[in-house]
Amino acid sequence: MTDMPHSNGADGIARDSHGGKSLLAVDARTRKRNASEARFRLLGKIAVAIGVLALVGLLASILSSGLSSFRQTYIDIEVYLDPAKLDKEGNRDRAQISKVSTFGYKPLIEQGFMEAIEKSGVSLDGISEKEVAEMLSKEAPAQVRNFVLADVERIGQTAPFEVLAGGRIDGYFKGRVTMESAERDRNVSPAQLELADRLREAGVVKVRFNWDFFTAPDASDTRPEAAGLGVAIIGSAYMMLIVLVLSLPLGVAASIYLEEFAPQNRFTDLIEVNISNLAAVPSIVFGILGLAIFINFAGLPQSAPVVGGLVLTLMTLPTIIIATRASLKSVPPSIREAALGVGASKMQTVFHHVLPLAMPGILTGTIIGLAQALGETAPLLLIGMVAFVREYPAGPPEGFFDPAAALPVQVYNWTQRGDPAFVERASGAIIVLLVFLVVMNIAAILLRRRFERRW
Amino acid sequence: MTTGTLALIVLAIAVVGFILGRQRALSLVSGDSRKLHSRPGYYGQVVLLFTAVPALLLMLAWLFLQPIVVENRVSATIPDGVVPEGGSRSLVMSDVRRIADGLDALMSAGRFSEDDLTDMRADFVDVRTRLGEVGVALGSDVQPPVFEAAKLYRDNTSTGRALMTGAVLLVALGLLVWSFTRISPAQRARNASESFVKALLLGASTVAVLTTVGIVASLLLETFNFFKMYPARDFFFSTTWNPQFRGGSDLGIIPLLWGTLYVSLVALLVAVPIGLMIAIYLSEYAGKRVRGFAKPAIEVLAGIPTIVYGLFALITVGPFLRDWLAQPLGLGNSSSSVLTAGLVMGIMLIPFVSSLSDDIINAVPQAMRDGSYALGATQSETVKQVILPAALPGVVGAILLAASRAIGETMIVVMGAGAAARLGLNPLEAMTTVTVKIVSQLTGDTEFASPETLVAFALGLTLFVFTLGLNVLALYIVRKYREQYE
Repeated sequence: MTDMPHSNGADGIARDSHGGKSLLAVDARTRKRNASEARFRLLGKIAVAIGVLALVGLLASILSSGLSSFRQTYIDIEVYLDPAKLDKEGNRDRAQISKVSTFGYKPLIEQGFMEAIEKSGVSLDGISEKEVAEMLSKEAPAQVRNFVLADVERIGQTAPFEVLAGGRIDGYFKGRVTMESAERDRNVSPAQLELADRLREAGVVKVRFNWDFFTAPDASDTRPEAAGLGVAIIGSAYMMLIVLVLSLPLGVAASIYLEEFAPQNRFTDLIEVNISNLAAVPSIVFGILGLAIFINFAGLPQSAPVVGGLVLTLMTLPTIIIATRASLKSVPPSIREAALGVGASKMQTVFHHVLPLAMPGILTGTIIGLAQALGETAPLLLIGMVAFVREYPAGPPEGFFDPAAALPVQVYNWTQRGDPAFVERASGAIIVLLVFLVVMNIAAILLRRRFERRW
Repeated sequence: MTTGTLALIVLAIAVVGFILGRQRALSLVSGDSRKLHSRPGYYGQVVLLFTAVPALLLMLAWLFLQPIVVENRVSATIPDGVVPEGGSRSLVMSDVRRIADGLDALMSAGRFSEDDLTDMRADFVDVRTRLGEVGVALGSDVQPPVFEAAKLYRDNTSTGRALMTGAVLLVALGLLVWSFTRISPAQRARNASESFVKALLLGASTVAVLTTVGIVASLLLETFNFFKMYPARDFFFSTTWNPQFRGGSDLGIIPLLWGTLYVSLVALLVAVPIGLMIAIYLSEYAGKRVRGFAKPAIEVLAGIPTIVYGLFALITVGPFLRDWLAQPLGLGNSSSSVLTAGLVMGIMLIPFVSSLSDDIINAVPQAMRDGSYALGATQSETVKQVILPAALPGVVGAILLAASRAIGETMIVVMGAGAAARLGLNPLEAMTTVTVKIVSQLTGDTEFASPETLVAFALGLTLFVFTLGLNVLALYIVRKYREQYE
């Protein structure tokens, strides 16, 4: 009652025998206590707000800088695949044609680009041909070359191509490059940007969804517009496969032993202490372990998904064991007693009755463990996954031993490069990673909702 | 035959064993399974387990031990004169391995046959260019003894492989026959198979112990090698960190430890008050709706990979602090700084502190709250004077766990704290941490046996000891001072 607002104390209705103030009047001390209460409550609200805002800020910052990587600027041109340049012998021999490097293709593409500009009727406004050619990506000749090598019979024909525009032109349409920044930039001039604007109106240059971002391999420092996540996604998928195949059976077997069979002795204690400590070991220490044991001692190749998978397996095991034990524990003892009562052996009880009932919980824990492993970066840096890999790894199982990248490491890799266009790529890769994580976590939640039983 | 195929063959033999064993058990009692001790499947299972498991274990052990044995034998044939001045034998051995791999690649590319190789001599043929053709780059021309060693290495490896295939298949088939002949109606097949499975379960649970042993052994071994090359006193007490590629580096851990502790301190100063207040607000004040929304939102922060926080530090927090705090105050102009890394790491730790504290605060019994209210205390007085003191050991434990996280965190500091080892107090300056230096020393192109690379293991050991110590301390405090409310 002390904090009731004072209503009518002034007219002297409620005074106590000592002639003091009214009970209904709030004295100074109470007011102070109430103010402190309000302050404390406000602090709590502020703390929660900071927490939620931090999440919003984090996601907003990544989304705002990364969403643009899902769109990409392309130029529509038609290239005459000149036999005089590409196949001097004229015998369409693939081995000989493959000797023509991308430099041989460059003039053809530039010519195609000039023709496309002429046809669209856009005036060059005094820009030199060299500057016009610079608007194309350095990757464009490689695009055409791959097309020719895939089908050498096309030589001599004129084929339509959708080649990549240069990184700066792409950045201009996404707002990263402006007229002001172009004046200071050696790689692009405002005149080129103006031409790009006119070409976009004429329909020669267009911005569309960037499928290549998901399928293309990494690209070198000077061509961020061509860099993609293909190899990284395959590498991460291989590692997740290895982690799943190794850690689920191992983790479940270890949990069953500890939860159902282990006697109370020193050795069991040792295992338990080890598992809880492993869960707290910094991830980078697992990287050192991988480098020392799997690469230097056992001689497995560097940058290979198999090593990454093994290291991540060891990291994920404690998570899976802890989740599995919790879900084994939640199966009521009556189930075990009933099974034992009708003559099942201990092993039959566990494998035929307890384990199936605990399965939803185990799978949920496994998915969450996998999600953690998918985002882990530090240990992979140490086992050489930072290497620049452009070749797709082969199909499993040989591919497990080929060099590959991994999603989070690719992000790190791109942030270490000079061109600011790679920051956009890195944020885009983060978005892809987060989408994978969200999907996995939703799957875990659905699994839990659908199958979890309360006893 | 590759290892994968061999494993598949063993598994196939085991499956055949299962079918045969089951049939034999049934045929012994002419189809009347009531006369068997166990159900027929168990007889098959025993055969399956005895066939597959020992053979596969043998294969694993062989794969693990063969490189060591071969390495030692080949290494012994290399005369001392070949080892270059200042280099080491292990470096020569890595050349040997590269040449051997290159020869395999040449062979599979069809450039020459096994006979050509026997005649090939490094004195006459330019091995380096030939290997360059298949993409094996060598630093220098190949000396004849090294080339001979490479040939020996190749021979030994392929003989070893062949022996392994033979031995594994022999074990699989031998045990198949042995367990098959033991089948009789009175055999206690279920018990046998169950004991076997139990042993496997026990084996699986020792993986955790083996991992710890592996971590400790590899860290200790390489740290020992490091201290043979670099005095331990300088490592622990020198205040400069300045690795040089040509040797003569200063590798003092003190600036790194200082950076680590400074960043962790900033992170804890952010995470502990906010996390604790969130836990208090959500468990004592918030209504169901606020709690239902805010708690999962904050826990999402815990599920976000650290590389995302690193990128956040790099592209948002770092430039923001530089432009709005460091440059106006004239305290520095680097976007990576202690404050950047500390703030972002603090955000990462908020859910960690809040969810642990939430559990602990909820564990304080309602009777204590009610008692306090009955005495006329306000809610905040109850929290400050009753609940927090009761929950203190748990909260301290949570903070220590958060500190251990902060010390071992890598990606945020790699991308947010900088790479300059510095002993300073200015939080807007770039500093570096133990984990950053582990990454940079082990991802560079330095040779493995140099102190500049091996120092990473000493740093790793320090990190391991620190985090382990904090964890043990945290658990101890929680156990010792946990009040029992019944």
